[in-house]
Amino acid sequence: MAQSLTQSNLEGSGQQPLSVSDLRGGYNGTPVIDGCNIEIGAGEIVVIMGGSGSGKSTFLRHLIGLKAPMAGRVHLFGESLYDLGEIDRLRLLKRIGVAFQSGALLSALSVGENVALPLVEHTVLDRELIDVIVRMKLDFVGLLGKEDLLPSELSGGMLKRVAVARAIALDPKLIFLDEPLAGLDPAVAAALDTLIIKPRDSLGMSVVVVTHELESAFNIADRIVVLDRGKIIFTGSVAMIKQSPSRRIQNLINRVAEDEEFDPEAHLRRLIGEA
Amino acid sequence: MENHPNNAFDAARLLASQLLPPILARIAGFGERLLSLIAFTGQAAGLVVQSFALLFWGLKAGQPVRLRHVVQELIAGGVRAVPVVILMASTIGVMLAIQGIHSLRIFGAETQVTFGLALSIPREFAPLITGIIVAGRSGSQLASRVGSMRLNGEIDALTVMGISPVRFIVAPAVFGLLISLPILVAVACIAALGAGQLYVTATIGIAAEAFWADVLSVTTMIDLVHCFGKSVLFALLIALIGIIMGLGVVGGATMLGRATTSSVVSCIGAIIAADTAVALLL
Repeated sequence: MAQSLTQSNLEGSGQQPLSVSDLRGGYNGTPVIDGCNIEIGAGEIVVIMGGSGSGKSTFLRHLIGLKAPMAGRVHLFGESLYDLGEIDRLRLLKRIGVAFQSGALLSALSVGENVALPLVEHTVLDRELIDVIVRMKLDFVGLLGKEDLLPSELSGGMLKRVAVARAIALDPKLIFLDEPLAGLDPAVAAALDTLIIKPRDSLGMSVVVVTHELESAFNIADRIVVLDRGKIIFTGSVAMIKQSPSRRIQNLINRVAEDEEFDPEAHLRRLIGEA
Repeated sequence: MENHPNNAFDAARLLASQLLPPILARIAGFGERLLSLIAFTGQAAGLVVQSFALLFWGLKAGQPVRLRHVVQELIAGGVRAVPVVILMASTIGVMLAIQGIHSLRIFGAETQVTFGLALSIPREFAPLITGIIVAGRSGSQLASRVGSMRLNGEIDALTVMGISPVRFIVAPAVFGLLISLPILVAVACIAALGAGQLYVTATIGIAAEAFWADVLSVTTMIDLVHCFGKSVLFALLIALIGIIMGLGVVGGATMLGRATTSSVVSCIGAIIAADTAVALLL
């Protein structure tokens, strides 16, 4: 039984958790992501940053198997995600954990049942052991005792923490966190920062965080990747991004809006609907 | 304002609305709906094939269809519909008996009403009424549940957990209705004929034994094949229309409400169309 739980860890060892090459993707034939390359090592926390409309969410959907790219490859633990058949892709996805921005908990299930879901569906553990693991995971995110609540009874911060507990239920070697701090007050955000680092420190997981929260990114990241208009314009450490000479990067970290060249004639045409 | 077509359908729609005279635009609209119907049929067939594939080979592939999920659907769509099905079927049985006696009295043949009930209820009325009731309950419930799951990102969450949404959502709903609807139709047959018999016995004095003997004497295997064959067909239509309408929900609560309403109308329309087609062809 314990073998089933640790199987994903063993399978993941020695292989690069995530590798993306020449990724090009978007919606309805319109590219949003253009030629992105990224590699994530074992036990690394990588923060993907970018302003609104930079393509972060689309990039994430390509990475976690929810949207096939137009071109390029996404490798998880050495396997090309989109070259696999449906069943094999689902098998590969069991080896990652994802916590969505909204939590995306199953509203008909209690908190405990949500965290137990991957264990019930993918292991042969008996119910008592699953209940113990669920309590351990909820304790990990500071929500022990909330097993019987429904998602509708939780606050935004609690929803995100339950989503993290569910993401790490099978002890994956790679987890993705989508905007984990969006809409949270500073105290809860600081607690979640610690929570993001914990899986890496105590369980050896690689963590990919998609966020636009600068302070949090600087606190948790081993490496920061900056997306701008669908392209990766920076990859490096926190110290490196702070010293980057790029105006765009400095605008991003100093929260300065991009000063696009203003063309009054084009602006007027847009206002009257001609362009 | 400029419209930017995203695909061939959008481009065709734009062209039709801007360039074609009204009659041609209507033809284009009909063509578009026809294409949507073909796409819907393809999607529905794909879901059925995947559901059966997962039923037989899911365990080996690590994607088993769980019995408890099917039982949950069986209870929600079947057991909880029993009271309303009995009520409606009994009412229909009595109404048919009233109308039958009234019509046959013209020829002095009101005692023949038994045969009318026996020929029409199992073959026609029981499957149709049950199908419409279940469409109203389960079709709308499926569309709203699946639509809500889609809006909340729950279907994406299942996928990234490595759980096939087809085996977790679609297959239990399909198999739950495939099991429950024929049973409900059998219940409706008994309720309608039972209520009809009570009325006939009370008004024109036909004994219960004679009534049931007449019913059994005229009911053939073909009638039963019609009865249960239709119930299987209706079960598939209700499950697939509800699910596909739910999967198509984008935007927000308004679209969810619209999909729920549309699913009921579409389910009932599809059931009546299928019933008519079966009656004409077989």
